[in-house]
Amino acid sequence: MDAKRYELNVQLAQMLKGGVIMDVTNVEQAKIAEEAGAVAVMALERVPSDIRKDGGVARMSDPGMIAEIKKAVSIPVMAKARIGHFVEAQLLEALRIDYIDESEVLTPADEECHIDKTKFSIPFVCGARNLGEALRRIAEGAAMIRTKGEAGTGNVVEAVRHMRTMNREIRQLAQMPVEEVTGFAKTNGLPYELALKVKELGRLPVVNFAAGGLATPADAALMMQLGCDGVFVGSGIRRWDWARPCRAWKSGRFRRSRFWQSGDGNL
Amino acid sequence: MVIFDMSVHLVKHTPGVIGVLDLQGGVHEHLEHLERLGIPYARVKQPEDFADLAGLIIPGGESTCLARLLEIFELKEVVLQHYLRGMKIWGTCAGAILLADKVVDDKPCLGLIDMEIERNSFGSQLDSFQSEAIIKAVSTEPIPLTFIRAPKILRVGKDVNVLLRIDDYIAAAESDGIVVTVFHPELTGCLALHRYFALKCGLSPAAENPSDVNRGWENVSWMKLARIAS
Repeated sequence: MDAKRYELNVQLAQMLKGGVIMDVTNVEQAKIAEEAGAVAVMALERVPSDIRKDGGVARMSDPGMIAEIKKAVSIPVMAKARIGHFVEAQLLEALRIDYIDESEVLTPADEECHIDKTKFSIPFVCGARNLGEALRRIAEGAAMIRTKGEAGTGNVVEAVRHMRTMNREIRQLAQMPVEEVTGFAKTNGLPYELALKVKELGRLPVVNFAAGGLATPADAALMMQLGCDGVFVGSGIRRWDWARPCRAWKSGRFRRSRFWQSGDGNL
Repeated sequence: MVIFDMSVHLVKHTPGVIGVLDLQGGVHEHLEHLERLGIPYARVKQPEDFADLAGLIIPGGESTCLARLLEIFELKEVVLQHYLRGMKIWGTCAGAILLADKVVDDKPCLGLIDMEIERNSFGSQLDSFQSEAIIKAVSTEPIPLTFIRAPKILRVGKDVNVLLRIDDYIAAAESDGIVVTVFHPELTGCLALHRYFALKCGLSPAAENPSDVNRGWENVSWMKLARIAS
């Protein structure tokens, strides 16, 4: 993708800020999510909690199902490709969905390499546990980052760990003299140019969402106050009752409260 | 960071402030442009935040989400009430959809401008694009245009003035109190439309200068207003 296309892809993620992206496995759920106010849906054959339970190999979802969901909603549709599986990504691009999640939730297809995302026009979101992973994915062409968390558990602790780690590393970088950046970048596996960019900005150079184990609206608000730009929810929620949290979102009890705001909301 | 200091929401705005509706979407991007123009700005979220606003920007985002949140926060009535008081409103992309009184295959939300709009009218993200055009009423220079899963305005009523028509659709229009653009000036280096809206609100932005269309401007400029929590 050329620089212009990459900019447009980063900008679509900007328009999702402050929003909730929901996992859905069929048209009916996609419509409920849209009506509840989701800013995008993640079309999946099996949600991560089922993948964990069933075991086996988790692959890209059935293109027919993804196409049906795309037809049913007007909000952006995302779908997952296995890490390193560039042909699944080519198929998803051909389906003309809006975003690909190169996701650790599926069984990795390549244990060494991620997809070369610069070869695609469609945007990618990738998971990260720390600043190094985030910046390496951006260097490979990701237009949006999310925490990895621990999908399908309903336990937010890993997402919190990943967000806190990223924030800590960004703060360290922002405060250190520039001559220390080379060493810091080497130790933590940061692409140097991007490390300088993060130092200048005081945050990731693309939109950063929380994902992986968020189960309640309070979990989502926790991640927002930790400085995320938005959240992915789904399988953790489905573990106990998909409809109940959807109703909670719809009632807007949390969205109306002071708890729902990004970390910078009051600057 | 002060999360629990609710006094932030009680600050009374002096007339001359432009507010950006802070529910979801590209909020920082608009604030950054207003800052560069030297216009006092505020995020608005609570009913009392609207007091004395000269203008309100409804940013891009997802229109279904914004419509839902306007309802949940009980802000629809508040916006209408302040519009009647004389507050000008500018909607970009999703904001334009919320302001339209006819939406193809959907219910209108605020319905403050006589026009018909079709959501997500170009296709998927792969059909998002950048372009440029001269908008005569706004600037003599070509203005960069960014369309992200954009809507199309299909027709406007007789009291609505078309600002920019491209091919078979309308990309920007205005009435006495409303401006709508289906593209995103806040995602480009150009300040011309923000200046135009500030003037419409009766404010005096910083003098026109070449940086109105600053091609060296970086898309990440909004991030200084969106740093991580510390």
